[in-house]
Amino acid sequence: MLKFNGVYKTFNHNTVNEKRVINDLSLHLQRGDFVTVIGGNGAGKSTLLNLIAGVYPPDSGSILLEGEAITHLPEYKRAKYLGRVFQDPMMGTAANMEIQENLALAYRRGKRRGLRWGITNKEKQNYIEKLTNLGLGLETRMTSKVGLLSGGQRQALTLLMATLQQPKLLLLDEHTAALDPGTAERVLELTQQIVSANNLTTLMVTHNMKQAIQYGNRLVMMYEGKIIFDVSGVEKSDLKVADLLKKFEIVSNGSFANDRMILS
Amino acid sequence: MNLLSIYGATAQGLTWTIFALGVFITFRILNYADLTCEGSFALGGSISSVFVVSLKLNPILSLFVALLSGLAAGAITGLLHTKLKIPSILSGILTMFGLYSINLRIMGQPNTSLVGNKSLIFMIKDILPTADELGIKDFTLQTGVVLVVGLIFSLVAIAFLYWFFGTEIGSCIRATGNNDTMVRAQGVNTDMIKIAGLSFSNGLIALAGALVTQTQGYADIGMGQGVIVIGLASIVIGEVLFLKAKNFAVMMLAIMCGSVVYRIIIAIILSWGLDTNDMKLFTAIVVALALSIPTLLKNKSLFVRKEV
Repeated sequence: MLKFNGVYKTFNHNTVNEKRVINDLSLHLQRGDFVTVIGGNGAGKSTLLNLIAGVYPPDSGSILLEGEAITHLPEYKRAKYLGRVFQDPMMGTAANMEIQENLALAYRRGKRRGLRWGITNKEKQNYIEKLTNLGLGLETRMTSKVGLLSGGQRQALTLLMATLQQPKLLLLDEHTAALDPGTAERVLELTQQIVSANNLTTLMVTHNMKQAIQYGNRLVMMYEGKIIFDVSGVEKSDLKVADLLKKFEIVSNGSFANDRMILS
Repeated sequence: MNLLSIYGATAQGLTWTIFALGVFITFRILNYADLTCEGSFALGGSISSVFVVSLKLNPILSLFVALLSGLAAGAITGLLHTKLKIPSILSGILTMFGLYSINLRIMGQPNTSLVGNKSLIFMIKDILPTADELGIKDFTLQTGVVLVVGLIFSLVAIAFLYWFFGTEIGSCIRATGNNDTMVRAQGVNTDMIKIAGLSFSNGLIALAGALVTQTQGYADIGMGQGVIVIGLASIVIGEVLFLKAKNFAVMMLAIMCGSVVYRIIIAIILSWGLDTNDMKLFTAIVVALALSIPTLLKNKSLFVRKEV
């Protein structure tokens, strides 16, 4: 359903800082795939997600979503198809607005917005149900400002917002990296729960090898803007952290120890 | 210090409320320090004065045209910033700078007096009984008319803004000021939202310029100079007066009070004999202090607990 064909992306063209972040990358996703993307710093994981989301266009190559070329579609237009959760818990929500107002904004993703009232009573009932499912007690704080919530609560809310209108593709950009281990675990469980319940096609970037192995039906490892390892099915479920480390060691000539990869 | 000068200051504060609300939209809601307002305020004044003096048209019509001109001015700043990627403050300054020439072209002279012409206030006074018949001074009647006109305009503007910022588009403007990345991720063209917000703000500001011109009886090419500080002062005073305000309508009523209190403070200080030429310095210092309070408080708490 997602076809990423021969994409190149270079930052800081013609300067000393020139860096080819995505180098002839191709990736095809099937509907219902839950793909985890792993790789070191600068491997191009976040760039891959940003290219899909349309934060910037690729230098060359094409991106297709269910047959539609979205390569040069502006970010706000393709947002209709995509649910996004960011690494920074502050990025996915509007801090000075109420929980219910944030949800109402997300509920209208991909729809025409006009001069109708920004939130209806009927919706509120729906939001209370959805918030109750999160199990964080947010359903009693519908009119609280989001800025008062913890990072984990904000990520859970962002996750809910990203899936309030069923996206064709859910993009998770290290969405638990900024959380403490316990909260990260909880948010990942919620992620799994929401993804399974809605049968969402998901692309999850992570630094954590254990997470990458534990979640999803397919694992992709990136190095210097290319996919160097791609496993799915039984092969993936039999994978161990040690196997990944070995793989990574081979391609990076043993320099992986300098990386901020989480080995636990 | 007498009651009459407070009465006058209240009336003046009410006619300036819409201006403060316009600044509030960009500065607090859109999180954009927009200097276009200095030009669009004078733009509204210039248009309104020419409408009444040279064209002999209805002053109420002039308010509408001023509003439209402000919408256009704000849209230009928005386009400069979003489409041409000019930094936010500079975009506003460029529009403001250009408007100076436009305003001079509109008026054909640096200032225009409405004396002897049908201004909005005189039109209303025509309908009312004269001051003599009412047994009051003409100044009292005229100020009373200004006060009521200012109050009506302020309340209508507040009601309208309350409605507008509750709508889907209004919510997007509020969210964009918070976090435009998130708003884009929700499928909203944030460039258009910023342009709309700036346009809307400057429309109100030009309307305020026209209203102030109609009530004070003249327009001046320099009438917009430094007015953003007056707008900020009104907002900050309003926020201090209504610290606990959470409701959007109450926040805007607070700004109306802030605008009035600012004028009363000025009237009191002037009555103490402060040179009017020093007024701007005084206002600048007050606003700088008020805006730095959050930072000063934060630094203080940093000193208190130095753990981590």
